[in-house]
Amino acid sequence: MTREKRDRINTFLRYLILILVGTVMVYPLIWMVGASFKTNAEIFSSIGFIPKSPTVEGYVRGFKGYEGMTLLFFMWNTYKFVLPKVAVTVFSAVFTAYGFARFQFIGKKFSFAVLLSTLFLPQVVLNVPQYILFNQIGWLDSYLPLIIPSLFAGDTYFVYMLIQFLRGIPKELEEAAKIDGCNVLQTLWYVIVPMLKPSIVSCALFQFMWASNDFMGPLIYVNTVAKYPVSIFLRMSMDADVGFEWNRVLAMSLIAIIPSLAVFFMAQNSFVDGIAAGGVKG
Amino acid sequence: MEKNNRKNLGISRYKNPRDFIKKNFGFLFILPWWIGFAIFKFYPFMASFIYSFHEYNLFRTATFVGLENYKAILQDKLTMTAFGQTFKYAFFTVPLELSFALFIAYILNFKIRGVNFFRTAYYIPSILGGSVSIAVLWRFLFKTEGLINMISAKFGMEPFNWLGDTRGAFLVIVLLRIWQFGSPMVIFLAALKGVSADLYEAASIDGAGKWRQFFNITVPLITPVIFYNFVTQLCHKFQEFNGPFIITRGGPLRSTTLVSLLVYNNAFKSYEMGMASAIAWLLFLIITTFTIIAFVSQKYWVYYSDEDGR
Repeated sequence: MTREKRDRINTFLRYLILILVGTVMVYPLIWMVGASFKTNAEIFSSIGFIPKSPTVEGYVRGFKGYEGMTLLFFMWNTYKFVLPKVAVTVFSAVFTAYGFARFQFIGKKFSFAVLLSTLFLPQVVLNVPQYILFNQIGWLDSYLPLIIPSLFAGDTYFVYMLIQFLRGIPKELEEAAKIDGCNVLQTLWYVIVPMLKPSIVSCALFQFMWASNDFMGPLIYVNTVAKYPVSIFLRMSMDADVGFEWNRVLAMSLIAIIPSLAVFFMAQNSFVDGIAAGGVKG
Repeated sequence: MEKNNRKNLGISRYKNPRDFIKKNFGFLFILPWWIGFAIFKFYPFMASFIYSFHEYNLFRTATFVGLENYKAILQDKLTMTAFGQTFKYAFFTVPLELSFALFIAYILNFKIRGVNFFRTAYYIPSILGGSVSIAVLWRFLFKTEGLINMISAKFGMEPFNWLGDTRGAFLVIVLLRIWQFGSPMVIFLAALKGVSADLYEAASIDGAGKWRQFFNITVPLITPVIFYNFVTQLCHKFQEFNGPFIITRGGPLRSTTLVSLLVYNNAFKSYEMGMASAIAWLLFLIITTFTIIAFVSQKYWVYYSDEDGR
């Protein structure tokens, strides 16, 4: 076999694997889209994703929601804590990362070691006392337990990620700003933030995804149906009518992930850069 | 001039309190983080340790019981099964997920047309994977009359009751996480891009085939990233909650009742906070042990080119 021929076969095999794996990865999602337009009878009788007799019945009933609260109402509940959480996360993480990356102070090494160790601190060991704590301050059944820890840079991963990015940015501009009479806060706002913008965007995007996917947090802290975010509402309806209204459940699930998908497609590259930078250089 | 001398000689670094504040001004930036750490991380961490030695029902006062909770855990068969299943889950999922991620990243790293397209397709499940929507989808796929069985029927296989079988249900939650191999894959891909092409060229002149190049050049050079992925993924998988909680609900016959479900049930169903804390702490100790083993073992298999470690 000539070298050229072998190379061709190799290339062919590579594409074959990629396409096969890609199909397995994406087909369930495509099937989901198709199935949400199928009639209940058809969902479990055909492999194909194109509905034979398309219907929007699943969507119509899906949007109705539960006891007068529409699906959009529950989705809005989700973003009622996700959006503030993203905002305070970005704010506090930039602030903290700036402190670590650009200043000297007593105990900096120790502080940084503690910061790193929290990256490896499993959440499972914190849940019980956090719940008791929030119960005592009367924050249960509100979104505060989900938002306030982020205001204090509780999402250490983002702080760490921003520190890594900041280390890669030369300090000359900041020194120039200082000579021009900027104080530290002005330097942060006029020099650092614009340069960090891409990283800030990827932090915000990740937090948006994670917070909207979060299930355990709302499950523990929120217990009034009217305050349920869409994730909890979905599980509730899945348990309630697992019997017959399949297209309704699928339609609701699909609508619930549309915001996340839209955000992802608008900003794919920020995601990819974000994970790569957080993981590789350290 | 005088100021400089003082600084260089290291005598009395601070002339007066104002100087001290000026030198340590930056601490103010991390102060909020310290406060948050103390209230939301350190205090709960210590508190759960203390609770674990108490019988503490949320609606009654706590009584100190020493090691009773831990004893009860070790003696209770069901609890031990949960720990066993969690081990199995973590050590089954992580190596499979990571080798798959590395394999695909390796292929993508060849000059492939449409890399971005494939990368996106593979990454989408990671973005959505944690959501309840995907858990719902997963239940539909693996129902007895679901898509997976419809496809296997085309190949002449009998329908299999995935969610009703102990091994089947376990496999379903494992597959959900392997399906999300996208995020370690992206990290691997970035690392592979950093391996210099000269090395491959030199090796192929020496007659090394693609497989030997992969195991003798690629793998050793990206061991830091393999290490990073391994530790973070292991830590996540030991705490897996959403998959078994939503899709299989811990069943059938408790085969997917992982430790985090046990903690949840003890804490938020029967409000036995002491017991829940003890189970959580045991899990924490296990995770920490494996993390430490991984860190210590680094010097035998992780290669850092710049010798400064991490």
